[in-house]
Amino acid sequence: MTRPSLWFLRSALIHLALGFTFGGLLLWNKGVPIHPLLWRLLPAHMEFLLLGWTVQLAMGVAYWILPRFYTQRGDVRPVWLAFVLLNGGVWLAGMGATLAAPAWVILAGRLCEAGAAAAFAFNAWPRVKPMALAASHRE
Amino acid sequence: MPFLTRLFVKTALVYFIAALVVGVLVMARPILNLPPIVAGLSPVYFHLLMVGWVTQLIMGVAHWMFPKFSREEPRGRDWLTWTIYGLLNAGLLLRVIAEPARTVSDASLWGWLLALSALLQWLAGMGFVAHLWPRVKGH
Repeated sequence: MTRPSLWFLRSALIHLALGFTFGGLLLWNKGVPIHPLLWRLLPAHMEFLLLGWTVQLAMGVAYWILPRFYTQRGDVRPVWLAFVLLNGGVWLAGMGATLAAPAWVILAGRLCEAGAAAAFAFNAWPRVKPMALAASHRE
Repeated sequence: MPFLTRLFVKTALVYFIAALVVGVLVMARPILNLPPIVAGLSPVYFHLLMVGWVTQLIMGVAHWMFPKFSREEPRGRDWLTWTIYGLLNAGLLLRVIAEPARTVSDASLWGWLLALSALLQWLAGMGFVAHLWPRVKGH
């Protein structure tokens, strides 16, 4: 497993743990009320599990297993940029909404997430190719 | 494909069908005058899809495809994977029963079952993170 994939997948697992913890508190609070403020965890619960866990896991696995150019996976810089933008975006959008931050904070989070998608696609796009192309590239 | 992976993936497929059937019921309720309990199925629909289908499918495939834990136990500790499977599904099924029941009954039993469901699913999530973390590694 490559270094960027390790970071994506470990971060995805951390978001899974946090997202499940928020979700567990929300569901417990729904059945046996603890505190009304716990409802504010809902946006963070959704953001952490949809983007921080599911999307980030897909990105980490895709970077690891998509076809390579001989032994190379292309320019790694956009992938690291995607990692930083995605995680920054998830925290800005998720925790921003949970902590009732100004709307521009959540907007900044969403912009970071969109930037992460674009940066990731920049690396992944040429790697989505038939096997024959990999062979010809080698020659 | 290991037995536990087949179990996770086939269970996930059952939840996939169940989630979409529940989605149809929720949308059909006002048109077909279905009983009020169906209104309580909205969050159940979403969690059947995201926990029962997506997360469980990921868990099954990750158990199968991620780098080996060790030579002796390539897929980690089987007892832990069985525990995760049991906790996740028991928790989710409890939610399927208790959440709509709570919308039509004031009995505190449903609230406590919902809290128990939260605890079981949270334990499954933490167990999965503990199970997979050591397998997120390089060669």
